[in-house]
Amino acid sequence: MNLGMDGGEELTEQETALYDRQIRVWGVDAQRRLSKSHILVSGLKGTVVEFCKNIVLAGVGSLTLNDDREVTEEVLAANFLIPADENAFDGRSIAELCCDSLKDFNPMVRVSVQKGLLFLFAIQFHVFEPIVTDLFCLDLILDDRDANCANIETLPDFIKILTGDLSSFGADFFDKFNVVVISSCSLATKRLVDESCRKLSKRVAFYTVDCRDSCGEIFVDLQNYTYSKKKLDETVECQLKYPSFEEAIAIPWRSLPKRVSKLYFAMRVVERFEEVERRKPGETSISDLSNVLKLRKELCLAHSLNESQIPDALLERLIAVTREFPPVCAVVGGILGQEVIKALSGKGDPLKNFFFYDAVDGKGVIEDISNS
Amino acid sequence: MASQQQAPPIKGAKVLMVGAGGIGCELLKTLALSGFQDIHIIDMDTIEVSNLNRQFLFRQSHVGQSKAKVARDAVLRFRPDISITPYHANVKDPDFNVDFFKQFNVVLNGLDNLDARRHVNRLCLAADVPLVESGTTGFLGQVTVHVKGKTECYECQPKPAPKTYPVCTITSTPSKFVHCIVWAKDLLFAKLFGDKNQGNDLNVRSSDAASSSEHANDVFEPNKDEDIEQYGRRIYDHVFGYNIEIALSNEETWRNRNRPRPIYIRDVLPGESVQQNGNAERMPLPDDPLSVSAMASLCLKNPQDIWSLTENSRIFLEALKLFFSRRKKLAVEFVTAAANIRAASFVIPLHSLFEAKGIAGNIVHAVATTNAIISGLIVIEAIKVLQNDANSYRMTYCLEHPSRKMLLMPVEPFEPNKSCYVCSETPLSLEINTHRSKLRDIVEKIVKAKLGMCLPLVMHGSALLYEVGDDLDDDMVANYAANLDKVLSELPSPVTGGTILTVEDLQQELSCNINIKHREEFDEEKEPEGMLLSGWTQAPAVENKSTNVANGASTSSSCQAVPLETEEDDELVILPAGSSPAGMKRKISDVSTTAISDLSTAADEKRSKKRVDELDDDDEAVVMLEDVNADIGKGLQ
Repeated sequence: MNLGMDGGEELTEQETALYDRQIRVWGVDAQRRLSKSHILVSGLKGTVVEFCKNIVLAGVGSLTLNDDREVTEEVLAANFLIPADENAFDGRSIAELCCDSLKDFNPMVRVSVQKGLLFLFAIQFHVFEPIVTDLFCLDLILDDRDANCANIETLPDFIKILTGDLSSFGADFFDKFNVVVISSCSLATKRLVDESCRKLSKRVAFYTVDCRDSCGEIFVDLQNYTYSKKKLDETVECQLKYPSFEEAIAIPWRSLPKRVSKLYFAMRVVERFEEVERRKPGETSISDLSNVLKLRKELCLAHSLNESQIPDALLERLIAVTREFPPVCAVVGGILGQEVIKALSGKGDPLKNFFFYDAVDGKGVIEDISNS
Repeated sequence: MASQQQAPPIKGAKVLMVGAGGIGCELLKTLALSGFQDIHIIDMDTIEVSNLNRQFLFRQSHVGQSKAKVARDAVLRFRPDISITPYHANVKDPDFNVDFFKQFNVVLNGLDNLDARRHVNRLCLAADVPLVESGTTGFLGQVTVHVKGKTECYECQPKPAPKTYPVCTITSTPSKFVHCIVWAKDLLFAKLFGDKNQGNDLNVRSSDAASSSEHANDVFEPNKDEDIEQYGRRIYDHVFGYNIEIALSNEETWRNRNRPRPIYIRDVLPGESVQQNGNAERMPLPDDPLSVSAMASLCLKNPQDIWSLTENSRIFLEALKLFFSRRKKLAVEFVTAAANIRAASFVIPLHSLFEAKGIAGNIVHAVATTNAIISGLIVIEAIKVLQNDANSYRMTYCLEHPSRKMLLMPVEPFEPNKSCYVCSETPLSLEINTHRSKLRDIVEKIVKAKLGMCLPLVMHGSALLYEVGDDLDDDMVANYAANLDKVLSELPSPVTGGTILTVEDLQQELSCNINIKHREEFDEEKEPEGMLLSGWTQAPAVENKSTNVANGASTSSSCQAVPLETEEDDELVILPAGSSPAGMKRKISDVSTTAISDLSTAADEKRSKKRVDELDDDDEAVVMLEDVNADIGKGLQ
C-alpha cells in the first residue's frame, strides 16, 4: 500500500554499502521502495532545498525540480546548493542550478528539471470546471505566475490551455510521481494541485510547506492511506483518511479542538490576506498589519472564534519577516523529509495532517484538522 | 528589511564546533547560512563510504580525507567570505586547553562518544564558555544547553554505562548471539590480532585451569613449520573443538543447560584445505587494499544473508589468512564467522554479517533528516546563548512518535546538580581493599575509566603519588611507575581507610576529592573491579552500545582496546533503552514511546515529566513563556 510501489529486486552492493546506516533504521524493504519512488518539488525556497537534500541522500529513485526563477540575493540567503560564483549562474534558473548540486550528492538518484508553471500542469484537469471559469480565481492564478516563474513567455501556453489545446502538456503530468511537494504558492494553486493529485487513479501524496520568520507549516494529504505498524511484536494494518487541502481549511474553526496551534489560524489569515489583496506569496510587510488585523476580525467573527486565539504579535511576525530563517528551514525541511520517507516506505505513523514549528516557543506540533 | 542573518551577536561571534560528522555537516551548513562568520571545527576522523548517506558535504572522491578540512572547503563554496578554521585532530589533544576554549563565545558539540563529550564539558566549565550539546540515533535526537552556574553541566546526570557481561557467560555459557559476538571480538580477535601478551579469558575455564592455560600459550603462537592455512585450521580446532571439550568435561555447568557441540575443521570441511576448495570459485584480490574481503574472494555477496556453518568456516580461515595485511572488512567478516561457529556450537541461531556488524560495533543508526533537525535546534539555542537570553534556553527532544501532539518537545533546562563531582566540589567515596588493591587499579579503573581524566595527577595531602607529563625528570617517572605497582597501604604516603585522595586533570582543570573506605571482600560477579565508587552514579547498563567484557582480571583494559572499530561514526547514541542485541531488529518504536524518560535518564524521570507538564498543561505558563521569549523573535530578525 505504499503509494503503489512494491519491493522486489535486491539492492546492489553499492547501495547496501552507501545506505548501511539508514537501512539499520528503516530496513531493506523500505530502502527498496524509496529507490523506486518519484518526487516532484515546486518552489525551491530554503525549506524545500533542505528537503531535497534529505531525500536525495535517503536514495529516492528520482527527483524533479520546478522553479524557473532566476537567482537573487534573497534566494542565495537560504540556499546552500548554489555556489557563490556569480559567473556560474549564466542566466540559469534556480532549479537548474540546484539540480547540478543535488546530482552530486548522490549519483544513484536521477535529478532533473521540469520547466514551466506548476499551476499550468494542474489546471488542465480543471479546464472545463467552474474553478477555472471563475474569472476571479483565474486572476489569482495568473498573479501566481511570478511566484515560481519569472518567465512570462509561458503565458501563451496558458492561453492555449484555456482554449482547450492540451497537447503541449501530457494529460498525466502528476501521474509520473508518487509525491508532490509545493512551496510558496497561492491558496488557489495549493487547492488546484491537491485536487489534481486526487483525480488520478493512482495515489499521489501531496504536501505543502511554508516558512515565515521563525515559524513553519507543513500540510499533508495522503488521501486514503494504509500502512503497517509494529505493535508489541505484531504487525498491524492501519488506515487513515485524509481530507484535501480545500476540505481541511473549510472546517469551521469553532469545531476544532480547543487547543489547536495558534499558528494554524494565523497562517490561514495571512494566506487569505494574500488572496484577497492579490499578493504574491510572501509579499507582505509590517505596513499591512492594520488590514491583516481587520481580516482577522472578519474571519474570527465568521468562525465565532475569540480573536485572542490569533495574537497580534504572531501575525506581525508572519507578515513582517517573510525571509526564511535557516535553522527553521533545517528543522522543517527535516521533518518534511522524514514524513515523505515514512509515506513512501509505508512504515510508521505518518503525520496527519498539519505540522507547526515555532522557534520562539520551540514546539513542533502535529494538528489533525479533519472531520474524522 | 533588516536581515536576520546579520544580527550583531551572530556576526561577531566566534564559535567552536566539535565534530564534523553527521550532525557536524548539517550544523556547519546551518551556521554558515545563518550568518556566522568565524567558525572553528575540530574532527580527528577521515571520511568513509558509510558516511556519505548523510554527511552531505562529502563525496566518494573524499574518502580517506580529513572531515574537518573537506567540510570547510564544501561550505566555502556557497559562503566564500566567512572564516572556517579546521583542525584535523583529537579534541583531547593538549593543544586544545582551557586557553584555547576561552577564545570562543559558544561551543557546539556534534560528537559520537561519551569520553570526548565529558572532556569538552570539563573544558567548557573551566573556560566558562557555554556549551550546546547534541546527539541523534535513528529518528530520535536531543539538544541541551549547558551554561556554568545557570544550567546543569553535561555530567550532572548519570550517563548510561556500556553493557557488560559476566565473564563466565562469555567464556563458557553463551546463550545469546551477542555473547558469541563479544567472545569473537573481545577475546578471540583481540588474542589473535591484538597484543598477545595481554591477559585474556579466551580459554574456557575448567577445573584444570593450569593445564588449559598452558595449552593456550602454545596454540596462538604460529609454529615455524606451518603455513598460515595450517595455523588457521589449528586455531579453529583449538577454540571451537578442544576448548568446548574442556568445557564439557565440567559436568556441573551443563546440568541445566544445553551441552555445546565441539566443532572441528575436518568435520566441516572434510579433506579439503580452503586453498584447494577455493580455487575454483576464487576471485582475484582487488588492488584497493580497503576492499579486500574474504566474502568477495569466496564469492559471497549479500551481507544480509546468513552463512551456513561451512561458509562461516571458510570465511574464518580466509579472513584469518588475509588479515595479515590488516584490512578493514576482514575484521568484521572474521568476527561474524567466529561468532557464528560458536553460536552453532551452542545451538544459538546464526546471524548475517549485516546484523553481526550492528551488534559488534558501535554502529550508529543514522539518517540525514534527524541530523538536519538537530542542527537547526542547535543554532537556535546557540543564538539564545549569544544573546544571553538565559530564560529561554530549552532542552529539545526530537521524537519519532508524538507525545502530547509534539514531535519536537522543548523542556526547561535543569539547574546544576549540587552533588555533581564535575561542576560542584562534592567529594566521591571509594570502597576498596587497601591491603590488596594497587595504585594502578585506582588510576586505570577509577580515575581514567570512570572519571574520564586524560592526564591525571593523584595526591595524598601534599604528597604526590602519581602524575603524568612531558616535563617530568627520569627519577620522578621511575618513582611514579614504582608507586603504580604498590599496594595502597604500602605507598610512601600510605592510603588507608579514611584517607582523602585528591585527583586532578591539569588539561581539564578538574579536581576532586575521593574519600577512601577500606573494605575486605567484594563479590566477584557483581563487583568485578574489586572496588565501589559512590557519589558518582551510573545509569543502568545498556546492551548493544559497547560490548566490552567486564573482565575480572587486573588486565581488564585489554578488553577495552576494541580492534573492530572499522566504522566509526559521529553521532552518539544517546538512547539506551529498549535496544536489543540484534541491531537490525532494534525496535525504535519501543524506545520512543517513552522517549522523554529515556532521554532525560531514569533518575530524573519525575522531574522531567513535571517540567513538561508545566509547559504543556498550563496555558498561562505558555503565554508567559511567549512573552518572555518575544524578544527572541526580534533578535532573530
